[in-house]
Amino acid sequence: MLFGLRLFPEQASTMAGQVDALLLFLLAVSLFFIGLIFLTVIVFAIRYRRRSEAERPQPIHGSLPLELLWTIIPLGLALVMFGWGAWLYFALNRPPADAMEVFVVAKQWMWKFQHPSGMREINELHVPLGRPVKVTMTSEDAIHSFGVSDFRIKMDVVPGRYTTAWFEATKPGEYRLGCAEYCGTEHAKMVGRVVVMRPEAYEAWLRGAPTGISLAAAGEKVFQQNGCAACHLSAGAGPGPSLAGIFGKPVKLATGQTVTADDAYLRESILDPQAKLVAGYPPIMPSLKGMLGEEQVTQLLAYIKSLAADQKAKAAP
Amino acid sequence: MSTLATARPANYLSVDPGVMSWLLTKDHKRIGILYLVSISVFFLVGAVSAAVIRLSLFTPEGALLHGQAYNKMFSLHGISMIFFFLIPSIPAVLGNFLLPLMIGARDVAFPRLNLLSWYIFVLGGASTLIAATTGGVDTGWTFYTPFSSIYSNTNVTLTAVGVFITGFSSILTGLNFLVTIHKMRAPGLSWSRLPLFVWAHYATSLIMILGTPVVAITLLMVGLERGLGIGLFDPALGGDPILFQHLFWFYSHPAVYIMILPSMGVVSEVIACFSRKRIFGYEFVAGSSLAIAVIGFFVWGHHMFVSGQSVYAGLVFSLLSFLVAIPSGVKVFNWTATLYKGSVAYHAPMLYALGFIGLFTIGGLTGLFLATLGTDVHLTDTYFVVAHFHYIMVGGAITGFMGGLHFWWPKITGWLYPEGWSRAAALLLFVGFNLTFFPQFILGYNGMLRRTYTYPPEFQVLNVMSTAGASILAVGYLIPVIYLLWSLRYGQAAGPNPWGATGLEWTAPSPPPPGNFEKIPVVTEEAYAYSTMETRRA
Ligand SMILES: [Cu+2]
Ligand SMILES: [Cu+2]
Repeated sequence: MLFGLRLFPEQASTMAGQVDALLLFLLAVSLFFIGLIFLTVIVFAIRYRRRSEAERPQPIHGSLPLELLWTIIPLGLALVMFGWGAWLYFALNRPPADAMEVFVVAKQWMWKFQHPSGMREINELHVPLGRPVKVTMTSEDAIHSFGVSDFRIKMDVVPGRYTTAWFEATKPGEYRLGCAEYCGTEHAKMVGRVVVMRPEAYEAWLRGAPTGISLAAAGEKVFQQNGCAACHLSAGAGPGPSLAGIFGKPVKLATGQTVTADDAYLRESILDPQAKLVAGYPPIMPSLKGMLGEEQVTQLLAYIKSLAADQKAKAAP
Repeated sequence: MSTLATARPANYLSVDPGVMSWLLTKDHKRIGILYLVSISVFFLVGAVSAAVIRLSLFTPEGALLHGQAYNKMFSLHGISMIFFFLIPSIPAVLGNFLLPLMIGARDVAFPRLNLLSWYIFVLGGASTLIAATTGGVDTGWTFYTPFSSIYSNTNVTLTAVGVFITGFSSILTGLNFLVTIHKMRAPGLSWSRLPLFVWAHYATSLIMILGTPVVAITLLMVGLERGLGIGLFDPALGGDPILFQHLFWFYSHPAVYIMILPSMGVVSEVIACFSRKRIFGYEFVAGSSLAIAVIGFFVWGHHMFVSGQSVYAGLVFSLLSFLVAIPSGVKVFNWTATLYKGSVAYHAPMLYALGFIGLFTIGGLTGLFLATLGTDVHLTDTYFVVAHFHYIMVGGAITGFMGGLHFWWPKITGWLYPEGWSRAAALLLFVGFNLTFFPQFILGYNGMLRRTYTYPPEFQVLNVMSTAGASILAVGYLIPVIYLLWSLRYGQAAGPNPWGATGLEWTAPSPPPPGNFEKIPVVTEEAYAYSTMETRRA
C-alpha cells in the first residue's frame, strides 16, 4: 500500500497465483500492442504532418501480406489466451474429490452457511487453512454471486438450483466476501468475510462454538417429520426406491435414461418428484415444494449422503 | 451578422421553418436534426446521473446516495445512455443525415417510415422518462430476473415498455437503411466504391433488424411474469432465471456493435480525409464490419461465465469471443497504416478519430481479459468490466460521435466552429476520459464490485482520481456544446467542402437544399480518391 493506494490484491488461495500469472501474460501482450499502436500513430502523425495545403500523397491500396500478418499473429496469441484461460477455468470449476463441503444459502441481503458438523454461520465462514473447501450454493430470492477476490473466485448463486465453487486457502486471515451480482437495495452491504484458520485453531473453533446436531442428524429429523421414512427406507420393498447408498450412484429412470444421483438430482426429486421418476416406481410421491426451506433440503441431502457413507462402512469390514 | 435563414440560398433549414413543418417533415436531414435534439436530452440525463454517481463515490460510505437511491441513479444512467443515446446516436443522427447524401440519393427509401420511427423513439423515451420521474427503476439496464420480474418494487414495467417501444424505432431505421443502401445508390456507385461509413451502417442495420426483436420479446416476457404472474424466469413459478440472460445478451452483446460500428465508420471517413489518403486495405475494413456483425451474434454467453452455465458452453463462447476480436484489430491496424506517408492535418475531427484509435485499442485489449475464461471469473462484475465497456462505449462510440459531429457540423449547419477551442476540447476529452476510467481497471482487479454505493476504504484514492477525471470529462463535453451553439450565430460560412474531402455529401451545398442534389451525381471513381482530387477548399 502506497498512500493508501492498493494496486495488487492479496493472493490467498492456491488458484490466486495461477490467475495472476495469466493476468500478467494478458497484460504483457496488451501493453505490447498498446505501445505499438500508440507509438506508430504518434510517429506517423508527426512524421507525415501536412506541410502544405497542396500536398497530394500517393495512394496506397493495401497489402495482403500485412493483412495476413496482423490477422494471424493476433489469432495465434488469442488461441494461447483461450487455451490457458480454459485450462484454468476447468480447474476453478472442478473441486478436488476430498474437498470439505459447506452449504450456502443466499438471500437479500445475507449469506447463510451450514457446515457438515451442523454449525451454522451468518455472513461469516470459518475454514481451515490448506484444505480444499467446496461450497454448494442456492438462493432464496434473486440471483446473487459468491465472490472472494483474494481467492480469485466467483460463482453466481441462483434460485431453484445448485451452483458450486471451491477454494483452498493458503494464508490465515480474514478475506472479504462480496455479493457480485446486483440483487437490490442493499446489494452493496451483502458482504461477509471468510476467516481462514490454522487447522488447530479451526478444530478449537469447531469445539468452542455452540454446536447443535450435525447436518445429517438434522436431516434425519426432517426425514422423519415429513414421513419420508415410510416409503424410502425399506430396501427395495417399499413403495419408493431405497435411499441407502444412493448418493453418487447411477439411477435408471422411467424414461430409460440414466442419471447420477447428485445434489442437483436429489434436490429436484425432493421438490418435483415426478420430473425424473425412477424406473419401476409409481408417480405417487407428493412434492415437498413450499414445505421445506432451502436449508432443510440441504439437511436432507446431508442425511442421504450419510446413508451412503454408512453403506460403505458396512461393506468395508 | 446574418441569421440562419436569410443570407443563404434556400436549404433544408430555411424552407418552411415553422414548427408544424418540422414535426411533419419527411426530409431525412430534418429527421436527423430531430433525433439530435431528442438524444441530447437523454445524454444530459445520462451525464447528470453519471456526475451524481461519481460525486457520491468520492467517499467510501457514499457521499450522496445510499441503497435504492444509488441503485436508481445507476439504472437511470445505464438505461438512458444505452437505449436512448448510444444506440440511436450515430445511426439516427448522422446516418439519417448522411446516408442519402453519401450515396447520391434525395432521401431514404421510406421517408414516412423514417418520421414514424422518430415518433416511436419519442414515445418510448417519454415512457421511460415518466417511469424515471414517477419513482424510478432499480434494476440496472440489464433487468436481470427474477429480481426485475418479481422482487423489485420500482417502476420496472413502464421502463421496460419504454425500451420495448423504442426498439421498434431501431428496427424501422435499420430496415430503411438497408433498403436505401441496396436500392438508391447513384449511378456508378458500386458496392466496392461505397464509403466505409455506409458499409458500417449496412452492418449495423443488419444487427438492428435481427437483434432488436429478441430484446423486445424478452422485456415483454419480464412484463408478463411481473404483471400476470406467468412463470417464465422465476423458478418459484416454474421458470428459468438463466434463460433471461441468454435472451437478453443475445441482443445486448450485438448492441455493443450497434454502438461501435457506426463510430468506426466515422473514423474511417475522418482518417482518410485528414491524411488525404484512401483507407489502407479498404476491402478488409469493409469486410471486417460484416464479420463483426455476424460473429457478434454468437458470443453472448461470455457475459455468463460465472452464471452456472455448462463449462463447455463457456469454452465455445470464449473461443468465439476471441474470434470476434480479430476483425476489430484488423480495422485498427489498417487505420494506423493509412497515416503512413499521408498528409496528416490535426483538425478537431482528426484528433477525435486518433483518440478513438487509442481508447478503442485499450478497450478492445482489456476485453480479452474478460473473454479469457480463467481471468473473467475474477474480473467479472467488478469495476474492471465497468472500465472496459466505458472504454468501448464512451472512449469508442461517443468519441466517434463527437468526431463525426465535428466533421459534418459545417455540412449540417453551414457554419464553422472555432478551431482552437475544438482542438482543446478534443484533447481535454481524451485526458479526462483516461483519468476517469483507467483507475477503474485497477479497482476492479483489486476486487471493487460494481453497482455498490459503498466500498472498502482502501479503494478511496483511486475513486477520488476517477471522480476528478469525470469533472475534466464534463468540461470536455460542455465546451463543444457552447462553441457549436455559438457557431450557429457567429460562425463563418463553411462553404460546400471546408475540409477538402471526397464523398458526394461534400459536393452538395452546406447546408444542403431539400432534395440534396440539383442533379443526381454520377460516380466514376472509388471512395477516398484524394490523389486525383483537385483542391476544392473554398
Ligand atoms: Cu446479493
Ligand atoms: Cu458482450
